[in-house]
Amino acid sequence: MTIEARFRLTRGDFTLDASLTIPSCGVTAVFGPSGCGKTTLLRAVAGLERDPGGRLSVSGDTWHDSACFVPTHRRAVGFVFQEASLFSHLTVRGNLAYGFKRVPPGERRVSFSEAVELLGVQPLLNRNPAELSGGERQRVAIARALLASPRLLLLDEPLTGLDAASKTEILPFLERLHEELRIPVIYVSHHFDEIARLADYLVLMDAGRVVAAGPLAELLRRLDLPLAHAPDAESIVETTVAGHDEVYGLTTLGFPAGRFTVPRVDLPVGRGVRVRVLARDVSLTLQRQSGTSILNIFPATIREMSAGFEAQTTIVLDMGQGVSMLARVTRKSAAALNLAPGSRVFAQVKSVALLGPAATSAVRRVTPDTADPNPSRGGGGREAGAGPR
Amino acid sequence: MPIEADLKALWITLKLAAIATAVLLLLGAPLAWWLARTQWRLKFVVETAVALPLVLPPTVLGFYLLILLGPRGPVGGPLESLGIGHLAFTFTGLVVGSVLYSLPFVVQPLQNAFAGVGRRPLEAAATLRASPLDRFLTVAIPLARPGVLTAAVLGFAHTLGEFGVVLMIGGNIPGKTQVLSIAIYDHVEMLEYSRAHWLAGGMLALSFLLLLSVYGLNRRVTGMQP
Repeated sequence: MTIEARFRLTRGDFTLDASLTIPSCGVTAVFGPSGCGKTTLLRAVAGLERDPGGRLSVSGDTWHDSACFVPTHRRAVGFVFQEASLFSHLTVRGNLAYGFKRVPPGERRVSFSEAVELLGVQPLLNRNPAELSGGERQRVAIARALLASPRLLLLDEPLTGLDAASKTEILPFLERLHEELRIPVIYVSHHFDEIARLADYLVLMDAGRVVAAGPLAELLRRLDLPLAHAPDAESIVETTVAGHDEVYGLTTLGFPAGRFTVPRVDLPVGRGVRVRVLARDVSLTLQRQSGTSILNIFPATIREMSAGFEAQTTIVLDMGQGVSMLARVTRKSAAALNLAPGSRVFAQVKSVALLGPAATSAVRRVTPDTADPNPSRGGGGREAGAGPR
Repeated sequence: MPIEADLKALWITLKLAAIATAVLLLLGAPLAWWLARTQWRLKFVVETAVALPLVLPPTVLGFYLLILLGPRGPVGGPLESLGIGHLAFTFTGLVVGSVLYSLPFVVQPLQNAFAGVGRRPLEAAATLRASPLDRFLTVAIPLARPGVLTAAVLGFAHTLGEFGVVLMIGGNIPGKTQVLSIAIYDHVEMLEYSRAHWLAGGMLALSFLLLLSVYGLNRRVTGMQP
């Protein structure tokens, strides 16, 4: 089942001309610079912007085409705006009930107590929106949207404008949403760290157009897209906790092509964890190094290398079993090692960052009040340097 | 002490103000809502027409209404031939006149209040499955509450105090169309100053209390709208 959309609309001197097909499950992130049309795209999906020539179908139901335009209130979308937009004349409870009581009881997919528990808003129920912090307000807004039993949840930069502490407060809730509810989510953001944590599928936008769309891990390693060339280009690997080494205080995370060894994480064996590996933390050798402190070394084959005259080249590694990873080395080293597509190498991973649920508990435990030094990327994972270098 | 005729005039005045206010809110709210949200480029023409009673001498409005609603007028005539009867010198005629005369006092605060609500809360309500009418009643009106209150009290108070329009369209029929302001005028003409004092003083106190309640209630919510 998919969501298919085609919009072309002009607002002032901005034109959105977007055509895309995305899966109607999991989290789809829409990423791009400010003003690239992400929000307009999301509003068009909700029916808040009307494009006479647009088309939209969600899991087979037509919401918009040349013959029909389903108005917003009949679309069963949940929308969380950048500013929480709670109703100031209602209490938190009144806000939550607003959408809930407009859904016929037989069609409700989320119970009142479920949403209250999921977003942790129980203590806020009798407060007025004006008395809430930014993070609390956004949590109430998300719970309110969920209680309208949406078939599609639209989040428009829900963390923008919040301080680092509020972000760390909300991200875990979004992750639980992702894990516990089977509601497809479209998440608009221009902060890649949020996307790296939450998204399964990625839509890249620029200047009102869709540049690329595909599974997150795939787009990250495409050399024809800007992501792989960013200074902190990264790879995302889905792993599961394979075991703990109590003697050395380590945890092993299994993935199809091998195992990462990282400092001990308090997670049960079998638990899924998403990890991030920065391209600049992956170095290459021709032979397996023996006298090294680096624990995470994997055989790999070079699939692709970026061309260009920068000091560094970005290399796409095939780790086997369908896993790939980015590495970044200087062009000088690449020439000295005679690296080329097809070369067999060993990838030395100096550092692995845990994203997702594991990182959340880790971040909270280790640094309860993270002051974010780098707002565009921080607040995401905990750098788990594997072993002394 | 006021005599029975005065009490009759008071009753008619209050009844007129209450009915006119109800009609004004029912007509004014949708009109103000539309004015606050429409992108129509000729909207200013409608706004001008609504504001006209602010500058027009009440007698001018009353004169045209008398012509319009009278037995041979373009509205009164057809009503007469339908057996309903024309509206000149009737209480219904007074209501029509009062509504037109007080329209700007109701529409303008409402329009400002609706504009102040903005689109966002209504968009949020739409994504929470509220239909347009539902959104208007459960989001726009409550959020515009100070403006609604101001509009209601200004409409009521302004109708209480009108004179010219009422005199023209209603005449001065004691017990039927004679309102308080005209009764005061009559008393003064007949040099019955003490009876005029009773009515005038009562009006002064009532008007003050009405406005006091609006300013007092709105003080907590926002600043005064008009």
